[in-house]
Amino acid sequence: MKVITANRLADGRVVYRCKNGGWTETLTKAEQFTDDAGADAALAEAAFDHLTVVGPYLIDVEEQKPSGQKIVRERIRETGPSAGSLHTGLVEV
Amino acid sequence: MYRYDDIDATLVRERTAQFREQVGARLSGELTEDQFKPLRLQNGVYLQLHAYMLRVAIPYGVLSAAQLRKLAHVARTYDKGYGHFTTRQNIQYNWPSLVDVPDILDELAEVDMHAIQTSGNCIRNTTTDPFAGAAADEVVDPRPWCELIRQWSTFHPEFSFLPRKFKIAVTGSPADRAAIGVHDIGLQLVRNGEGEVGFAVFAGGGQGRTPMVAPEISSFVAQRDLLAYLTAILRVYNLAGRRDNLYKARIKILVNDLGADEFTGQVEGEFARLKGGALTLPQEEIDRVKAFFTDPPADDRPAVLHPSAAFSRWRLWNVKPHKVPGRAIVVISLKPYGGTAGDASAEQMDVVADLAEQFSLGEVRVTKEQNLVLPHVAEADLAELYAALEAAGLATANAGLASDIVCCPGLDYCNLANARSIPISQAISRAIEESGLEEAAGELTIKISGCINACGHHHVANIGLLGVDKKGEEFYQLTLGGIADGEAAIGKIVGKGLDPDHAVRAVITVIRAYLDARTEDESFVQTLSRIGFEPFKEAIYA
Repeated sequence: MKVITANRLADGRVVYRCKNGGWTETLTKAEQFTDDAGADAALAEAAFDHLTVVGPYLIDVEEQKPSGQKIVRERIRETGPSAGSLHTGLVEV
Repeated sequence: MYRYDDIDATLVRERTAQFREQVGARLSGELTEDQFKPLRLQNGVYLQLHAYMLRVAIPYGVLSAAQLRKLAHVARTYDKGYGHFTTRQNIQYNWPSLVDVPDILDELAEVDMHAIQTSGNCIRNTTTDPFAGAAADEVVDPRPWCELIRQWSTFHPEFSFLPRKFKIAVTGSPADRAAIGVHDIGLQLVRNGEGEVGFAVFAGGGQGRTPMVAPEISSFVAQRDLLAYLTAILRVYNLAGRRDNLYKARIKILVNDLGADEFTGQVEGEFARLKGGALTLPQEEIDRVKAFFTDPPADDRPAVLHPSAAFSRWRLWNVKPHKVPGRAIVVISLKPYGGTAGDASAEQMDVVADLAEQFSLGEVRVTKEQNLVLPHVAEADLAELYAALEAAGLATANAGLASDIVCCPGLDYCNLANARSIPISQAISRAIEESGLEEAAGELTIKISGCINACGHHHVANIGLLGVDKKGEEFYQLTLGGIADGEAAIGKIVGKGLDPDHAVRAVITVIRAYLDARTEDESFVQTLSRIGFEPFKEAIYA
């Protein structure tokens, strides 16, 4: 499964693309694509949202969580820093 | 401290107004992201994993109390209540909104601060010894020279689009607390045989994916010729540096490809054309800038000692000798055990600003080790200062020790990172505390980078860790034997990457192996040189 993600232009926050073409901060509310052609077509559409978001791209998801080779990066993007002054307790090293 | 004149203030105001217009143009669609990105980067605005990041320049790491209070205000008002002091003596905010950045820059301009040249392929913020103007071992105060370089390099039209970014470091002390060997240009203030002050010049050092120590290209450049000589170096680099490959565009690659002798010859040729011309520094201008940097008065009150053992430990590690009788340099560690290297809350910044006014003539420094410094504290006030720092959670007595870990933001924040660096630094810090080995080991550097760009300076750590990604899993490559200051050296890779738990254990193993093998007063690198890598490697991979 794939989901389109980007950063919001005004504040840089992580967002995911919804079925209606809008954007959400909640991954589980994002549109999921089962086929590459559909994902690529939606990504091409998302590129026109340049007044709303920056740099849309596709990520792998499984069971509504980031997966694949970029899993650590995308989990951190989804839930915030895993450590530091705003520790969210995502993953212990 | 240097005070902005009308030229400086106007320049910053105009730049801020210009960026406000550019942000407006991006938000309205007049500028595309491709058009806007280089403009925001020229104003220190990056887009990271979760948000924009704003990097604010702290010229040569010197802050007034008023400036630090403003940084605290920005953290509180526009960010999430904290800031991150960097390995280049700057501060980064990790959560500002793009729409707020023009207001932030307006606020910074009120205290002569900005984000100019904190990104882009230009001459970046010049760095120096955080103990400048205070250190007992100083030959010449480097701050006036840093200020002259700042004025010369700001918006320099010829050097605003170099092949890559360009970093200059200056030291006025033979101890070199500015790591001049691993900068694009390193300047060491020296006296020649006639007692004249000038500069030994090093060029072509750097870290990143091709770490190199800079060769000396001139043993003495006269003060009046500094800007002409720097221009000659930059001009050779600007013309001959590679622009076809991002990873081979730094000056170190050019110096290495040409060879130090050929590079030096080209620089000297250009310098011969420039010498004695418009770039010659008038003595009255040198004197004018020097007049901003005065020594603090001596303090003849008797030193007051705090009765606690904790104070004694802090006094031993965090207080450094001052050149003026009765005064001392105090390092405020931003490395609490298990904490995040270089992070300071708005409240802590306010406390340090207050303490700077009360105890350090209103002056604060930022170190490349991501700590703060009160440079001019009276010995008589140390006990009172310690008590105030302790109350604010800022009295960790580990300056220069193993838990004084340098650490980049890593994959928790940075778009370029391959692995996290903050969690492993926290785990190592806790393990060091639990081991009880820290004071026995003495001064020992540990530095961690989350990618090969090496913002955490792992190449020049006694024990370096580089985070790498292997098919979605984080591993850490250990290097041993690096030195940042003085006789700079690049650490060597010990062996294959380690998983996080093993990497934490390995650091403690290395420290134990060092303590077992060292002779009295031998530093880590001296022991390593004597016994070689094998004993450490065997212990790590046993």
